[in-house]
Amino acid sequence: MDYDFNFAAVWRDFDLLLSGLGLGLVLAVVSIAIGCLIGLLAAFGMLSRHAPVRWVSTAYVSAIRNTPILVLILFTYFALPQLGVRLGKIESFIVTLAIYSGAYLTEVFRSGLVSLPPGLREAGLTIGLTEFRTKILITIPVMFRNVLPALGNNFISLFKDTSLAAAIAVPELTFYARKINVETFRVIETWLVASLMYVLACSIIAALLRQVEARLAIPR
Amino acid sequence: MTVPVLEIRNLHKRFGSVEVLKGIDLTMQKSDVVSLIGASGSGKTTLLRCVNLLEDYEEGVVAVAGEQIGYVERNGKRVRLREREIARQRAMTGMAFQQFNLFPHMSAIRNVMLGLVKTRKMSKDEAYATAESWLERVGMADRKDHYPGQLSGGQQQRVAIARAIAMNPQLMLFDEVTSALDPELVGEVLSVIKGLAADGMTMLLVTHEMQFAHDVSNKVVFMQDGRIAEEGSPDQLFYHPKSERLAAFLKNSKF
Repeated sequence: MDYDFNFAAVWRDFDLLLSGLGLGLVLAVVSIAIGCLIGLLAAFGMLSRHAPVRWVSTAYVSAIRNTPILVLILFTYFALPQLGVRLGKIESFIVTLAIYSGAYLTEVFRSGLVSLPPGLREAGLTIGLTEFRTKILITIPVMFRNVLPALGNNFISLFKDTSLAAAIAVPELTFYARKINVETFRVIETWLVASLMYVLACSIIAALLRQVEARLAIPR
Repeated sequence: MTVPVLEIRNLHKRFGSVEVLKGIDLTMQKSDVVSLIGASGSGKTTLLRCVNLLEDYEEGVVAVAGEQIGYVERNGKRVRLREREIARQRAMTGMAFQQFNLFPHMSAIRNVMLGLVKTRKMSKDEAYATAESWLERVGMADRKDHYPGQLSGGQQQRVAIARAIAMNPQLMLFDEVTSALDPELVGEVLSVIKGLAADGMTMLLVTHEMQFAHDVSNKVVFMQDGRIAEEGSPDQLFYHPKSERLAAFLKNSKF
């Protein structure tokens, strides 16, 4: 193979790629934060005494998990405005990603909650805490620490999913890479650099998450 | 006559169609120590858990210090109290569990402080001092910053007892607190409970430690099939059982 590598075209717009990477991170962080709230609510919903609440939670999780994320993104951005819900590109994408991650986190939290010993809740009740305060002070914090590794994995895959925002022209890393590619025809260089940026970012995030896990781990 | 610390009248409890408590009557005055003994499945633990409403009950009355736990009569109908009221009532009693159930994400002293701050509304400083003195009392002051996962079973149980006692309950409930412990750790927990009895704490215990039940109680209750089959002083029950069943049970318990 005879190919002259020329990265200059890519370096010229490297700041665009970097800003795209930054936006991707912001999108992932905001989405997973909202997704955690949704997931927590839906997880308690799945464990509810009331059957209709369980049905709603289960329907939400299966509907979202059985739809390709790209379809969800396009649906929220293109179809919802037809129904009167008009959102900007970024807002639309965050809503989609939050609802999407919420469905996966529901399962993470649900299994985290059912694996707690029932005595934990009972101990909270016996010192005079209400059910709600027992959840806030005891069961949720313990469950959260237990599922932290799973939560971290979800975050990393969510971060990679932000590349799909390019489909609705949200200016993140993949969007800019495609732009540079089209303008310079430096196909290999562009996608090589973009890939390496994802790999590097994910590796750093994973290392940071391990630190957080170690710090928050329940001492044994 | 003073108001009894605990008064149970005609208590019935069902799990679905199975009646596990079939009309229990039990009264405890201040500083009484009552041990519930009996085969597993006889309803001892369920009885204990009805006192702080960890189990709902369908019929009868459980009253702590004259106040019915969990329910009120309204227009001739039995209504479950609101969550907040039930939480307040639960804090009238303290409970220690077979599995300790310490909060694993909090140090020993924070375990003891939590109820003091959140339920008893103490300041952090006051709660810390109170918690520290109770940990001292159960011999755990030097481990106050350890987490439950860093303590032995006996140590965890002592912290759990301190957590319950620090709330200054009117009645302590002990649910087989030594059953999950290695034999060599049982003694340290039992001696803490004996100390509390000597201080005049009112206590209701479910236990399989017959010698301990004999030594610490002023009354022993033998349960069988959801009923109180026999009750009386420790000497009476352990040395002069009236029923065949109790005699057989004691023989099997190696008393």
